[in-house]
Amino acid sequence: MTTIGLYLIAGAALVVSFIKNKDKTMLSLKKAWKSLENILPQFLTILVIIGIALAILTPEQISSLVGRESGWIGVLVAAFIGSVTLVPGFIAFPLASALLKNGAGYMQIAAFISTLMMVGIVTIPLEIKYFGKKAALIRNMEAFIFSLAVAYIMGVII
Amino acid sequence: MDKIIKVIKKYKIFLILLVINTVILIVKPSIGLKSFQLTKDNALEMLSILPPVFILLGLLDVWIKRETMIKFMGEKSGIIGVLLAFLLGSAAAGPLYAAFPVAAVLLKKGSKFSNVLIMIGAWSTTKIPLLLFEASSMGIKFMITRFILNIFGIAIIAYTVERFLSKEEIDKIYKNAALME
Repeated sequence: MTTIGLYLIAGAALVVSFIKNKDKTMLSLKKAWKSLENILPQFLTILVIIGIALAILTPEQISSLVGRESGWIGVLVAAFIGSVTLVPGFIAFPLASALLKNGAGYMQIAAFISTLMMVGIVTIPLEIKYFGKKAALIRNMEAFIFSLAVAYIMGVII
Repeated sequence: MDKIIKVIKKYKIFLILLVINTVILIVKPSIGLKSFQLTKDNALEMLSILPPVFILLGLLDVWIKRETMIKFMGEKSGIIGVLLAFLLGSAAAGPLYAAFPVAAVLLKKGSKFSNVLIMIGAWSTTKIPLLLFEASSMGIKFMITRFILNIFGIAIIAYTVERFLSKEEIDKIYKNAALME
């Protein structure tokens, strides 16, 4: 759905740009290709890492680790799993609600979702390429700690 | 021949991982097969999202003048810059790693560093299409609580990361972004 929207927007922008200035449009396409090609190796590497990790970890295993009674250890485990995995949101939310039904706790699931979205250990090499080591490490560490705080507050409120 | 070696060097880690995955496939076919399947699914999804993102970035790079970006998202852009950064990140589609090239273009065009970090934060966790999805599968209360917490989290992370870095380190990030084509 969002993908189709993106293509429509990109297509429309490209047509407008082409009508206005052909050379500039060609230059922008050239730039687009160059920047895509520049990071493609990292992208592909990340994809294979995710594939291997998710093939080894099953939802049942995750659920047994982060049950309602697992407490802060479960929260930490969930936060860690969220940090190292990279699943798109539209897969993560149904997975999270399935985990909840299978006995996972709200705190643990909140930690998992939050780190899943904000912390990216497998994508750190890519982040470093753009932001340098220090900024990338600080951002990810802070996001991890923030996710634990989110988990705690969600556990209290919900 | 030189060209082939160059390509192989560039994709070295990717190729090594493919070999590892193949070894897994031989030793434990069920896991190896599943992992190849997951990689293929993710790759198809990624390859479908990336072209329009990069086309838009290319256009942005060519058409938006540096002065315009500085005016709306630069050092003196104030609350407008913050809101624009937040909206830009929230309206985006695609995983977090697709946000980094966008960040590079913003930096290159003179956007304020903390605004770029706010865009990254919003991109990572308050995407509008995902919020709707989150509400439907986790409940509206879960989504709203997390959304409100995230607004604070994004701001705190953006400003503290900026604080932790020295002026030279930030300059280096800008220079690096300018070199990223």
